[in-house]
Amino acid sequence: MATLEELAQAVVDGDETQVVELTKSLLGSGVNPQDIINKGLMAGIEKVGELFQKNEMFVPEVLMSAEALKAGMELVLKETQQGVEVTSKGTVVMGTVEGDLHDIGKNLVCMMLESNGFKVYDLGVDVKPEKFVEAAKQYNADIVGMSALLTTTMVNMKSTIDALAAAGMRDKVKVIVGGAPITQKFADEIGADGYAPDAAGAVDLCRRLAG
Amino acid sequence: MVIVGELINSSRKPIAQALEARDEAYLKDLAKRQVEAGAHIIDVNCAIFMEKEPEVMEWLVGIIQEAVDVPLCIDTPNVAAMEVGLSCHKGRAMINSISGETKRWEEMLPLVKKYKPMVVALCMDDSGMPNSVEDRLRVADKIVPGLVEAGIPEEDIYLDPLIKPVGVSSSAAIEVLETTRALKEKYPKVHVISGLSNVSHGLPVRRVLNRAFAVMCVEAGMDSFIADPLDRHLMSLFFAAEALVGRDKNCLKYIKASRAGKIVAE
Repeated sequence: MATLEELAQAVVDGDETQVVELTKSLLGSGVNPQDIINKGLMAGIEKVGELFQKNEMFVPEVLMSAEALKAGMELVLKETQQGVEVTSKGTVVMGTVEGDLHDIGKNLVCMMLESNGFKVYDLGVDVKPEKFVEAAKQYNADIVGMSALLTTTMVNMKSTIDALAAAGMRDKVKVIVGGAPITQKFADEIGADGYAPDAAGAVDLCRRLAG
Repeated sequence: MVIVGELINSSRKPIAQALEARDEAYLKDLAKRQVEAGAHIIDVNCAIFMEKEPEVMEWLVGIIQEAVDVPLCIDTPNVAAMEVGLSCHKGRAMINSISGETKRWEEMLPLVKKYKPMVVALCMDDSGMPNSVEDRLRVADKIVPGLVEAGIPEEDIYLDPLIKPVGVSSSAAIEVLETTRALKEKYPKVHVISGLSNVSHGLPVRRVLNRAFAVMCVEAGMDSFIADPLDRHLMSLFFAAEALVGRDKNCLKYIKASRAGKIVAE
C-alpha cells in the first residue's frame, strides 16, 4: 500500500505521474485527505525548499516538484467531497514590479510560501502600483511582496509603497521586497518592512511579519 | 569580436558599496584590469542610486575615463542618467540600451540622434519578453531601420536577442542561437550581442554552462559579448572559437593571445 512518505518523496523527485498515482491510491484506501496534503504533498515540498536552500536541488527540479505538487493538490481537492481545510498563516499578495518581466525568483517565493501554509495571490509580472493596491484591498492581504531583478525597475517598488500610502493602506499591510539587486539598505530607504535574500528567507520573514 | 566588460555594475554588491563610498581607486583598478584582460568597452551601471543616478553617473564616467582609453557603455534605462553619461563622455560612447518598447524608444531616440553612440538594442517590444525567433526578428525589423534613420550606421548597432534561463525553458538557448543566425543572415553588418550569464540561472556550476554557450554563440555568428573578461577560461574559449569558425585568419589572434599568456588550458 502507498504511504505518505512515498508521496512526499515523489514530490521531491518531481515525478508527477507517481504523485498522481500515489494520491489516488491513498484516497482510495481511505486516508484522511488532510493528511495526504499535510504529511504527503506539503511535507515533500518543504523538503524541496530545504534542499534548494542548501544548493542540493536546482531550479528545473524545483519547478518539476511544484508541478507534481500542483497535480496532487488538484486531485485531492477534486476527489474530496467535503472541503479540505488548509489553515492559513496569512495572506500574501505577490508580484514582479512594473516594467520587470522576471518571474523565476518570484515564483519560487510564492511556491515556498504556499507550501508553508500562506495563502498567496500571485499577480504575475509587470504589475502596476495600483494593481498591487487593488489586490491588497480585495484579498485583505497581510503582506504585499514585490520582486525586481533589474536595477532599473527596483525604483517601482517605491512607487508601489507610495501608492499603498496614498490609498490609506500602508499601515494595514506589511511590505516585503526581494530580487538580485535589492539590499536591506535599499529596503530601508524605500520604507519596506522587510527584505530577504532568498526564498527560504522570505518564508521566515513572512512568518515574522504575519505573526 | 567585441567584449564589453560587465563588472562595474551596481547590482553587484561590492560595486554598489564602492560607488557609495566613491572608491575611485577600486573602480579605476577594476576598469584597468578588464581592459588589460581584453575588454574593448567598459560597461558602467549605477542604476541602484535611483534619483541620484545622474550625479553618480557623471562621477563614474569621469573617473573611469581617467583610468582607461576605451569607450564606455552607459548602462541605464533612466533617460536623465543616460543624457548625463553621454554628455560628459569624451569620444563616442555605447548605450545600453534602447528597445522596441514605445516609451523607451521615444525617450532614448533623441539622445541617439544627438550623440550618435554605438547602440545596444534589446529585441523586445511592448508585448514583453520575446518567446520565439519570430518575436525577436519582428522587433529587429523595426529597430534596425529606425536606428539607421536616426543616423546610426548598421555597424554601430548591437542587437541583443535576450537570453532566458535554460533551466526554465529547454529551448531558451537554441532560440537565441537560431535568432543569431537569422539576424546575421538578414543584417550582416549589424552586431549581435548578449550577456551570457542569464542562460545558466538556477543551475549548478554556472560558469561551465556560460562557457559552453559562449562557444555555441560564436559559432552561430554572435560577435559581441557583455561578459566578465577576468574569466580567463571564457576569454580563451572566445579566441579558440573564433579561430575554429574561421573568423581569425591563420589563427593569428589566437597565437598572439597565447604568446601574451591569455590562453589558459586549466
